[in-house]
Amino acid sequence: MFNQDIVKPENLVYKKTDVLTDKIMHYCPGCGHGTTHRIIAEVIEEMGIQDKAICIAPVGCSVLAYNYFEVDSLGAAHGRAPALATAIQRLNPDHHTFTYQGDGDLAAIGTAETIHACNRGENIVIIFINNGIYGMTGGQMAPTTLIGMQTATSPYGRTVELNGYPLQITELLAQLPGTYFVTRQSVHTSAAVRKAKKAVRQAFENQKNKKGTSFVEVVSNCNSGWKMTAPKANEWMVENMFVKYPIGDIKVDGEIVQK
Amino acid sequence: MAKELKLMKGNEAIAEAAIRSGCDGYFGYPITPQSEVMEYLMAEKPWERTGMVVLQAESETSSINMVYGGAGVGKKVMTSSSSPGISLMAEGLTYLAGAELPALVVNVVRGGPGLGTIQPSQADYFQATKGGGHGDYQLFVLAPATVQEMYDFVFLGWEIAFKYRNPVMILSDGAIGQVMEKLYVGDYVPRWTDEELRKNAPWASFGKPADRDHHIITSLELDSAKQEQHNHKLQAKYREMEEKEVRFEAINCDDADYIFVAYGSSARIAEKAMQLGKEKGYKIGILRLITLFPFPKKKIAELSTKVKGMLAVEMSAGQMVEDVRLAAQFRCPVEHFGRYGGIIHTPQEVLEALEEKIIKRK
Repeated sequence: MFNQDIVKPENLVYKKTDVLTDKIMHYCPGCGHGTTHRIIAEVIEEMGIQDKAICIAPVGCSVLAYNYFEVDSLGAAHGRAPALATAIQRLNPDHHTFTYQGDGDLAAIGTAETIHACNRGENIVIIFINNGIYGMTGGQMAPTTLIGMQTATSPYGRTVELNGYPLQITELLAQLPGTYFVTRQSVHTSAAVRKAKKAVRQAFENQKNKKGTSFVEVVSNCNSGWKMTAPKANEWMVENMFVKYPIGDIKVDGEIVQK
Repeated sequence: MAKELKLMKGNEAIAEAAIRSGCDGYFGYPITPQSEVMEYLMAEKPWERTGMVVLQAESETSSINMVYGGAGVGKKVMTSSSSPGISLMAEGLTYLAGAELPALVVNVVRGGPGLGTIQPSQADYFQATKGGGHGDYQLFVLAPATVQEMYDFVFLGWEIAFKYRNPVMILSDGAIGQVMEKLYVGDYVPRWTDEELRKNAPWASFGKPADRDHHIITSLELDSAKQEQHNHKLQAKYREMEEKEVRFEAINCDDADYIFVAYGSSARIAEKAMQLGKEKGYKIGILRLITLFPFPKKKIAELSTKVKGMLAVEMSAGQMVEDVRLAAQFRCPVEHFGRYGGIIHTPQEVLEALEEKIIKRK
């Protein structure tokens, strides 16, 4: 049998969504960014909102996210994505503005913008990739870096004395009355990917129904920054990151469901 | 509709102009001496008058980034602040310039440095015209001298901002922001419909229709060769502004022996000093700058060959005077006079400075 005998419309079982461009992603193999991009793009396609979706890319590993989403996009200054999204969504209440941010962007330099956008209950979707490290700049300590974790700026391991505690910003944001949906997901297994996609879909549906802020954290590995192979990084993530950052819904329909 | 006469503070005139000029959104943070801009807007409820969005942000950093977001989707968006707040906005201003986004930013200047004073000053000239943020960029800078110009320059600001896809700053000061004067307000310019926005800002990230590729608004270019090309493009735009958009008012300059070069409040004080000088028999003219960038280099060069001297009058320790000297190229003496730190000079002080530094100069 030849290829041309197989490549027929009736044999098509999977197709890359048109909401992703054909550009080759720059992400490290095994990193969660690519998968998370895909599920967001699939949700946008399935909901038929490509013409109304506005992507706000951050500064960090996903600084070039706008190259991969086939939607109108803006690159924000470091940490400011929720401020951009606030204005865009208020100026265009029927659009679907979403930010895509890492832990340094969202939980360090952009803490004020994050908290106040969530507290105002801006009708936006925030996708938060937490890998406990600054990947793009070469593996420095992040606000979410675990105690004892070695990074380029905590070479002997993070200590409370020197660096304070890992910031559980997602739990913190769930306390704000403006957040309607707060969840923590991962994309390291196919089951996890399905759940994460469901959460992303829920977030965009909430936005469509003008419910306020929906916040989806995705705990990801940073195999390069953690200096591990991808499979080893996923194991380490499950054993360590998931302890501090447990997977599951935290707030659903405006009600806290998990402490 | 005929023109309507009103009595307003400069800050209120900015706010009323925003509503009437088809502004889509204002994002601000309170700071003296410009808080009336947002207070007026919140009291007027422009969302009921024109559909305009008004939001009090959590910081100036956030308000300028809200402006960046709104500008990126092609909306007419603005903010206002005063000196320390503008310092916080420096990041957003350079991103706006880098991403070539039209926006309007009003600085009602107060005395610095640091937290400084809340009294009027013109010590943010360098910040407005020579950066403030990083990188090779220029704001288009308009300097109103009256409440009427506070109003008019909002309309002019949108024109320039969208024509050149560049942020425009209205560089005012605490005196013009706070003073009440009569002004004429005119017809409403309607806010753009979605169709007009797509036509007037075809580059905007306003939502991708099926018939075109996605738009990306960014100031990032990792390939330095392309970044240099982008800088060439920006520089060409700034040179075009210098060629086409210089604005000034030359008062009694034709047969003047001496020229006051001034803008904003200082230009009005200089006008009184000019009258006092006339009584003493001095032939004084005033070059009142309306655009600080682009700077009227040619006009100053031309005047420098005809007059005995120029006095740059500004409420700073000497900032604009550097540009006057560069343009005059030592063809005539150029000196500086100004009180600063929140002190406003008197016409008498200005005239005395002209006599001491230029007229009686040995």
